[in-house]
Amino acid sequence: MDTPLLRLAGLDKRFGERAVFSGVDLDVKRGDRIAIIGASGSGKSTLLRCINFLEHPDAGRVILNGEPVGAERQRAGATGIRYDEGSLNRLRQRVGMVFQQFNLFPHMTALGNVMEGLVTVKRMARDDAARLGLAELARVGLADKAEAYPAHLSGGQKQRVAIARALAMEPEILLFDEPTSALDPALVGEVLDAIQTLAAEGRTMILVTHEIGFAYHMATRVLFLAEGGIYEQGTPDEVLKAPRRPLTQAFIAGHRRFSF
Amino acid sequence: MYNWDFTPIWANGDLLLAGLGNTLALTVVALAGGLPVGLALALARLSGSRLLAAPAGLVIEVFRTTPPLVQLFWFYFGLPIILKVEMTPYLAAALTFTIQSGAFFAEIFRAGIVSVEKGQGEAARAIGMSKAQAMRRIILPQAVKRMFPAMMERSIELMKTTTLVATVSYADLLYQANELAQKTFRPLEVFTAAALLYFLVITLVSMLGALVERRMAQSGEMAR
Repeated sequence: MDTPLLRLAGLDKRFGERAVFSGVDLDVKRGDRIAIIGASGSGKSTLLRCINFLEHPDAGRVILNGEPVGAERQRAGATGIRYDEGSLNRLRQRVGMVFQQFNLFPHMTALGNVMEGLVTVKRMARDDAARLGLAELARVGLADKAEAYPAHLSGGQKQRVAIARALAMEPEILLFDEPTSALDPALVGEVLDAIQTLAAEGRTMILVTHEIGFAYHMATRVLFLAEGGIYEQGTPDEVLKAPRRPLTQAFIAGHRRFSF
Repeated sequence: MYNWDFTPIWANGDLLLAGLGNTLALTVVALAGGLPVGLALALARLSGSRLLAAPAGLVIEVFRTTPPLVQLFWFYFGLPIILKVEMTPYLAAALTFTIQSGAFFAEIFRAGIVSVEKGQGEAARAIGMSKAQAMRRIILPQAVKRMFPAMMERSIELMKTTTLVATVSYADLLYQANELAQKTFRPLEVFTAAALLYFLVITLVSMLGALVERRMAQSGEMAR
C-alpha cells in the first residue's frame, strides 16, 4: 500500500481543562480533497492548525510522507515529543495555509506578499521571485494588482492574494481555514472559483468550511467533527446527502432548512 | 525695570554653540545605543524564557523608576569604586543615558510588537519563516510604524534630560550656560538664550519627525 502523504495518528488537543478532540486518526492520500465540517467549537480549525503546528497537539503524531514530525524525548523524566524550530519550518514550507482573516502583510504590495516566502525562506533571487510571484498572481486573476497594497484590495482579492502566497511556496498540501467566512456574500464566489481551479489541478487540500454546497461539489471526502473527534466520515454523498448518525443528520438538516 | 542686555551672549556665542554640540553628541550616542538596547530588552522580555525575561524586566524597571540623576552619579562615582575603572564625565553620561533610554524604548518596542495582530506572525510562520525572520520582516516593520510617535516623544525627553550631565562637569549646553552666566553676571539672558537653542533644535526635530510620519503613512498603507 502507498504511504499516505499525511497521516494524523491519535491526535489530542486540550485547551486547559477542556479537551477539544482526542484520538483523531486521519490518512490523506495525494490528490485527496477533504472537507471538514461541524458546529462552531467542534475543533475544526484547531485540528487544521495542528497539522502545521500553529497549535501544538498534546498527544499523537503528525506524519508527513512517512516521516513523523518531531522527536520523542529521550531524557529520563521528560515525556512527550520535542519539536525543534527547524523541522517545523521545513514542514510548514510543504504545507500551505490560507486563513479566514487573510492575514496579508499590510506593509507589502500584493506581489511583495507572494514573493516574501520565496525571498526570505527559500533564498530565491528577487528577480526570479518576482517572476514566479507574478505568475502566481496571474493564476488567481490578479496580475494587474501586483503593485497594490492590501488596504486597496477587496476582501475577495485579498484572499486570492493569500492563496497565491501559499501556492508560491509549492506546498504538497494546502490547508484552508474557513476561507470565505470573513467575506461579503458577493465576494465568496471568486474565492470559491479559485479554490475550485486548484481542485481541478488535482492538488491535495484540506478545507474547513461552512459552505456545505461547496464542500459537496469540491471534496473527495467529508469529515463531520463532533463529540471531540471525527463523528462521521465518507464521500460527500454519504455524509451530506444520507448521513447515518443523529448529530450529522441534525447538522445537515439545519443547513438545508433554507435551501430551495 | 530690568535692563535686558544680550550683547555678552553674542560675544561668547561660540561657548554656547560648543555646549550645544556636546549636548547633541551625547543625545545622538544615547539614541544610537538606546534603540538597540531597547529592542534587545523588549525581545528578551517577550521571549517567553524566564532566564531572559527576568533580568531584562529588572533592568527596565530599575532604570524607569529611579531618578536619572542618581543613575548618573552611580555610573560616575559608584562604578569606578566597584570595577576599579577610570570614568570620564562623557563615558558616565553616555552609559547612563544609553541604558536609561533603552529601558524606556524597551517598553515602547514591547507595546508596538504586541499591538501587531497575532495572525501576522501566524501567516509568516505558515510560509516557513523562523521566529527571527517573522520578527524582522513582518512584525517589527509594522510595530515601528505604530511606535514612531512615542519614540519621537521619548527622544525629545532624552535630550532635555541630558542637562543633568552638567552636575558631573560634562560641558553640555546647560553647563556652558552656567559658566557664561557666572562670567558675565547675566544669568537671565544666558539661560534664555540656552532655552531658545533647545527650543529651536527640538522644534526642528519634531518637524522632521512629523514629515517622516507622513511619508510612512503614504508609502505602504496600513490595513487597519
